[in-house]
Amino acid sequence: MLEIKNLQATVAEKSILKGINLTVNPGEVHAIMGPNGSGKSTLSNVLAGREHIDVTAGEVLYNGKNLLDMDVEERAREGLFLAFQYPVEIPGVGNIYLLKAALNAKRQHQGLPELDAMDFLNLVKEKVKLMEMNEAMLYRSVNEGFSGGEKKRNEILQMAVLEPTLAILDETDSGLDIDALKIVAKGVNSLRSPQRAMILVTHYQRLLDYIKPDFVHVLAGGKIVRSGGPELALELEKEGYAWIDPSAKQSTVNL
Amino acid sequence: MNNTTTQIEEIISQEYQHGFETDVESDAIPKGLSEDTVRLISAKKNEPEFLLEWRLNAFRKWQAMTPPEWADVHYPPIDYQDIIYYSAPKSQKDGPKSLDEVDPELLKTYEKLGIPLHERAILAGVAVDAVFDSVSVATTFKDKLSEKGIIFCSFSEAVQHHPELIKQYLGTVVPVQDNFYAALNSAVFSDGSFVYIPPGVRCPMELSTYFRINAKNTGQFERTLIIADKDAYVSYLEGCTAPMRDENQLHAAVVELVALDNATIKYSTVQNWYPGDKEGRGGIYNFVTKRGDCRGPKSKISWTQVETGSAITWKYPSVILRGDDSVGEFYSVALTNHRQQADTGTKMIHIGKNTKSTIVSKGISAGFGKQSYRGLVRIAKSATNARNYTQCDSLLMGDRCIANTFPYIEVKNASAQVEHEASTSRIGEDQLFFCRQRGLSAEDAVSMIVNGFCKEVFKELPMEFAVEAQKLLGVSLEGSVG
Repeated sequence: MLEIKNLQATVAEKSILKGINLTVNPGEVHAIMGPNGSGKSTLSNVLAGREHIDVTAGEVLYNGKNLLDMDVEERAREGLFLAFQYPVEIPGVGNIYLLKAALNAKRQHQGLPELDAMDFLNLVKEKVKLMEMNEAMLYRSVNEGFSGGEKKRNEILQMAVLEPTLAILDETDSGLDIDALKIVAKGVNSLRSPQRAMILVTHYQRLLDYIKPDFVHVLAGGKIVRSGGPELALELEKEGYAWIDPSAKQSTVNL
Repeated sequence: MNNTTTQIEEIISQEYQHGFETDVESDAIPKGLSEDTVRLISAKKNEPEFLLEWRLNAFRKWQAMTPPEWADVHYPPIDYQDIIYYSAPKSQKDGPKSLDEVDPELLKTYEKLGIPLHERAILAGVAVDAVFDSVSVATTFKDKLSEKGIIFCSFSEAVQHHPELIKQYLGTVVPVQDNFYAALNSAVFSDGSFVYIPPGVRCPMELSTYFRINAKNTGQFERTLIIADKDAYVSYLEGCTAPMRDENQLHAAVVELVALDNATIKYSTVQNWYPGDKEGRGGIYNFVTKRGDCRGPKSKISWTQVETGSAITWKYPSVILRGDDSVGEFYSVALTNHRQQADTGTKMIHIGKNTKSTIVSKGISAGFGKQSYRGLVRIAKSATNARNYTQCDSLLMGDRCIANTFPYIEVKNASAQVEHEASTSRIGEDQLFFCRQRGLSAEDAVSMIVNGFCKEVFKELPMEFAVEAQKLLGVSLEGSVG
């Protein structure tokens, strides 16, 4: 589904990704772990199509298509979803309005008819239950006045509604207390399916206690330095990142 | 930031869509302004003596006045002798008896504008008094309204048929010497709308006027007077457009509202005058005086404006809260794009006891647009328990536009409660990226964010006009509304 080959990228002329290779198949859950500044967020952002990241070499194939050629919204409509580390607030725009606009943009792209208000409402209410959210949140402005936990849950709600093919969760565990983390993990787990792949980008192993990955990769200094099964995460938890490339500490660009 | 800025700018750089000119023969008087001009206008309109005297008085006062310079807008001095002060479509000389007699070219113009005149008016339940340059060409629904004793006609007609009302109310809210542009308007006003709602009558439909400046070098000086008698209610909407021209055109209107005991007037404006081109050539100078007088106790006046057009806007729709327990409201969305400048806001003058006012102002600035909110809340000594709530929010797009806020608050009664909130935000790269990552096009994303920002104001507009306002923001900012 996703094939990243020798991906290299710079931000403000600083080399951040230095040759990433990664293959993700349908149904798989990959965790990408690494210290601050290792390039984790840059990788998520490159895949989602954020501007100001210059890809200098390599290629990314998504369902056989050249992902890097596609617009941000085209990638989204093709089923690529990014759960943001810092979800933005949009004052005055109802959460439910955004969800409906997003879902219908995707459906239109797929040649499906737009969902009418009733069908949409039924769908979204079901998903809200799944996320153990209060329905009132649907009618509040997007993320405005939401707590950190509510924002992250709201991201997963969007994911549940949009049913992506490939979901990238960027530091979804950051800023969550343990109860919120459990709820978010439950939501994510319920979305696991043989057709859907997920990439969990995280600093801590904590998230992986609740969402079991099939593969764990360690990103350091812009490269994947180790890959393995879930046991690798436990190893990292014990030993920290110090054993990895020390140069990783120097590049602290956060995007 | 640069990429995003460019992207936002592409979206907001749509062409003005009402920039067509209608080829209608017009009956214009020569350029220039003197007592003779004033007399000529008055004579052409066959006005009674008192009105001519009123105009001449205004003209003499105007001659001694200078244009206001305190507003944060900049433009070359206007040559008032280089303006045609009266222009009427020639075929209208004898006055149309019905819509069938209206020049088809004119009707086509309205059609292009999407005005619900003719059959569409009936379907939409809107009575339209369309002002084309200076003469009102068609007034629909007059009969239905007159059954209820409502008078809704052009100002000129009101002068002919209801001179006593004109005499009683004209200039009682905005005195002739109020300011430079109001004095000019009082001297040379050409036409406008007149509304009178008798006691206890609730006007059964939205009343609507469309203003459009067509002929070259004409100033449009319309005069509108709305009176809601005791316990009456009326909701009124004006919409404005003008063709594209390289020269600047002056528009100096005066609107006076009078609400007697327990009456309510809701006045909504959708202003889309030609804003000039991207370099700031051409466009309308919109120097307007709008004021409402809550003359009776428990009366209410509410201004809602969506200002997307004009090269320069100078406009402060205000309310004098004279009656006890009266209510004044001002809801505003103002957009400045390219080289547009706007200095706009409101004045709430609290005189009566327990008077309440609300101000919600949303400014959107893009391109090199420049915008100031200027508001005055004055609580007089007599205004015991007066309250005001003010909220001013600015939204910036790109990094070359300017937004300022100048709130003035004068409180002379210690029991007053005055609140002021202000915020400035920027459509960020983050918001745009987020929306696009959810599958929305950049255009729809900007539109959604802007509409969200304006929501509190849009919900004050009558339903069909809220849709129109969203569309207008659409025209001014991006292609479609998501």
